[in-house]
Amino acid sequence: MGLTNSSIGLNAVDFGLEINKQSPNDKIIALAGNPNVGKSTVFNGLTGMKQHTGNWPGKTVTNAQGYCSTKNQSYVLVDIPGTYSLMAHSAEEEVARNFICFGNPDAVVVVCDATCLERNLNLVLQTMEISKNVVVCINLMDEARRKNIKIDVDKLSKHLGVPVIGAIARKKKSLSALMDIVDKVTDGTIHCSPLSIQYAEEIEEAISAIEPILNEKYGKLLNSRWLSLKLLEQDEPLMKEIDAYLGVSVLEDSQLIADLENAKNILERSKLNPDKLKDKIVTSLVTSAEKISKDTVYYENQNYNSTDRNIDRILTSKTTGYPIMLALLALVFWLTITGSNYPSQLISSFLFQVQDYLTAFFQFMNAPAWLHGILVLGVYRVLAWVVSVMLPPMAIFFPLFTLLEDAGYLPRVAYNLDKTFKRCNACGKQALTMCMVYMNLHAKTPY
Amino acid sequence: MNMNSLNDINPGESAIVNALLSTGSMRRRLLDIGLVENTDIECIGRSPGGDPTAFLIRGAVIAIRSEDCENIIVTRK
Repeated sequence: MGLTNSSIGLNAVDFGLEINKQSPNDKIIALAGNPNVGKSTVFNGLTGMKQHTGNWPGKTVTNAQGYCSTKNQSYVLVDIPGTYSLMAHSAEEEVARNFICFGNPDAVVVVCDATCLERNLNLVLQTMEISKNVVVCINLMDEARRKNIKIDVDKLSKHLGVPVIGAIARKKKSLSALMDIVDKVTDGTIHCSPLSIQYAEEIEEAISAIEPILNEKYGKLLNSRWLSLKLLEQDEPLMKEIDAYLGVSVLEDSQLIADLENAKNILERSKLNPDKLKDKIVTSLVTSAEKISKDTVYYENQNYNSTDRNIDRILTSKTTGYPIMLALLALVFWLTITGSNYPSQLISSFLFQVQDYLTAFFQFMNAPAWLHGILVLGVYRVLAWVVSVMLPPMAIFFPLFTLLEDAGYLPRVAYNLDKTFKRCNACGKQALTMCMVYMNLHAKTPY
Repeated sequence: MNMNSLNDINPGESAIVNALLSTGSMRRRLLDIGLVENTDIECIGRSPGGDPTAFLIRGAVIAIRSEDCENIIVTRK
């Protein structure tokens, strides 16, 4: 049998770039996307795995791997952390970028949220700067339809130069349509020619001063235009990664030094230091995303968000915000505390009955009293206590909290409480951690 | 033209971003969410505690603390 621990996913969470292929012909697909766009739903739907999905950004802090196959091809799917950008301002962004750059994926699927496509396009554009084979999967099309947002998928695909597909990730049909496209991209039936962002004149001039030589030397391994930009940005940590990946020290390349100096002079003449250059690059990306989205997304109902806004107003207003929050949290606690009493009693009476049997068994065996003391009165009894007191509240509290999380209420709590938490140098998000700690304390206090 | 910081924009009002004075990681974050020059920004609510304030930026609702709003220079629409 070919099933090993690693192939069925027990070791699926990976800290580095190492990919466990099931067969050498497996192709690697990276799954990128903003946080909260249903990326994990796509991953789980395709691989049949049950990665925890949730509303908090950075759920996937490392790369998780899974497997899926179509009629023609088997794939290793790598779920990279959800990020808004690949500029590596945080650990997640760095992991995401490193995988797209150095993980040699055969294709990158970027999952987007149809209800705020413009913001998602920023990541798509950045991914296309690094990788050629990009497939854009616009998830949550059903929610967009509900809000009367129309997206011209074909037009978007023409703008971007890569295949774009609308999807509802919960539906199998959507996913198989996505994999059809992925098949065609990886076997070369569909040729991607990603849009390249045009930057300000002086930046383009600087790029063209160094790109030809970079293309000649490393063009097969890295996108030379992207590499040029990064050299000009003087992103040192990234340069180290690139050197390690290419096996040479790019900046010390004698053929390059003169050209790079020249390129830097071009930028200096326009007073573009590395920080300003980064600003300009981000601005160009954002405005390109804006232009594309203006041309391809139609809001048929200008007040498409009015229901959401009204609900938000009630949940976060001065008069109703706190009472609703307290009431909801009180309800959760009440359900947890009273609800767990019954199963707690059941479990404890069962487990302590077992203890009586164990005691009877020890007496029957004529076991010495100290052995009975250690094993039954010590180990077993403590374990029975902990299980009967801790398990029921946890089993009720966490699903309830997940409900609030799925409904999107938790970010509102964070928003309501941020000021209070800021006073102790924390942030509103930590309100949730505090609730959980409270639950733990409650559970650990035997009544 | 009268320049304001984002703190002067009240719920219900809109503005256009003129400049971003923030530095370091906050600057990068704000740029990543699309807060570049000439971006439309609409104030849609204030937390019951008075801070942070929620803004609609490029179709997404984002809460920004007043200490960070101070560094975002805007023109009221």
